[in-house]
Amino acid sequence: MVRGLLWILAAILLGGIVHLSTVLAMPQAAKQDAYSRLAPFTPVNAMAPLTATQAGAEIMPFMDPAFATAVCRYDLSGGPLKLIAPVSQAYTSVTFYTRRSVAFYAINDRAAGRRTIELDLMTAAQHAQVPEDEEVTAADRLIIESPTTMGLIVLRALAPEPSLAPMARKALAASTCRIQSQ
Amino acid sequence: MRLLFGSCFTLLIAAALGLGATWFTLTRGVAFGALTIGAWKAWPKSGSADIDPYARAIVARTGELPTGMGDGIAFYARTDDVGNVLDGRCTFRLAGLTPTARYWTVTLYTPDGRLVPNTIDRHGFTSEEIVRDNDGRFTITVAPLARPGNWLPTGGIESFVLVWRLYDTAIGVATRTAKEGPMPAIERKGC
Repeated sequence: MVRGLLWILAAILLGGIVHLSTVLAMPQAAKQDAYSRLAPFTPVNAMAPLTATQAGAEIMPFMDPAFATAVCRYDLSGGPLKLIAPVSQAYTSVTFYTRRSVAFYAINDRAAGRRTIELDLMTAAQHAQVPEDEEVTAADRLIIESPTTMGLIVLRALAPEPSLAPMARKALAASTCRIQSQ
Repeated sequence: MRLLFGSCFTLLIAAALGLGATWFTLTRGVAFGALTIGAWKAWPKSGSADIDPYARAIVARTGELPTGMGDGIAFYARTDDVGNVLDGRCTFRLAGLTPTARYWTVTLYTPDGRLVPNTIDRHGFTSEEIVRDNDGRFTITVAPLARPGNWLPTGGIESFVLVWRLYDTAIGVATRTAKEGPMPAIERKGC
C-alpha cells in the first residue's frame, strides 16, 4: 500500500518535471513562430513593408488591421545596426523582438521626441566596444542592446481611418535599417 | 518484476501528466499576472523581457508578436460581462468608458486570431473613426447582420474574440483596479 503511494508520488513529481521542461523547450521547438513566418517575406538587415492585414492573408495571428507594418529582420553578427524611421502623422511605434518573440524594447514617436526615430541596435559585446567619449558627445544617440544576435524590429504606423492607410504606408516606406559601416 | 512494473507505470503516468498539463496550459492560454477589468484581460508583462515562461511558450506556438510595453497594451475578451461566450450568431453591445490613451483600436478575431471576412471589410474601429453621440460617448453593436451606427460584423461565426488595444497609455504593470482603467461593458442583446 505504502509502496503504491510512493510510486504515484514519484509519477506526479516526474510529471511536473516533464511539464516544466516541455513548456521551457517550446520556444526553441516551435516551427511556426513569428520569426519563421516572416523569414520568407523579409530580407536580413533591410526594412521590408508587409502587405496590409486582410482577412485570409494574415502573416501572423492577432495583428492590428488599423496599422501599416514594416519589419527589419536583423542579424548583428556583421556589426551594429542603425534604424531610421520618420514618424507618420498619427502614431508610430518601434518594437524590438528577440529571435524567440520576446519584446525586449518598444518606443513610440512621442517618447522618441523627434520627427524621426533614430536608434542604434547592438549586442552587449558591441556596446562595450563603443568608445566612451563618443557615447557622451552623441548624447542624443539612443543605443539599444539586443540580448540575442538575431531578431525582429517591427515598425508600426497607425492609419486612424482606412483612407489614411496610404499615408501610413508611405511613412514606413521612408524608413531604413542597415548595418553601420565602421 | 514488481520493480519493473512499478517504474514502467510511473513513467507512463508521468509522461501523460506532464504532456497533458503542457497541452492544457498552452491551448487554454493560461498565463500569470493577468490584469482583469470586467470581461477584459491583459498581460502587461508579456510585452517586456519579463514575460513568463508560459506566455513565452504560447507566443512561440501561435506565432504572434505581443504588443510591446512602450507601445501599448492589448485587452482580450472571450466572454461578455456575465460570462456568456461571444457567439457570432448573437448580438452584443459594447458601451462605456476607455482608459486614457492617445489612440485605441478594437478588433474582432476568430479564436485563433484571424480576421473574419465580411462585405464591408470592417474588422474593427479606431478611436478616431468611431461615431460618437453629443456627449462624446459611443456604442458599438457587434452583430451578424447590418445595424445602424457603429456596426462590427461577426460573420455569424461560432465564437469570436475582441481585442481592445490602447496605444501610448499609462495603463500597464502598475495598474491594479478598474477605477484606473475603466473598460467598455459587453452586454448580450439577444441571439
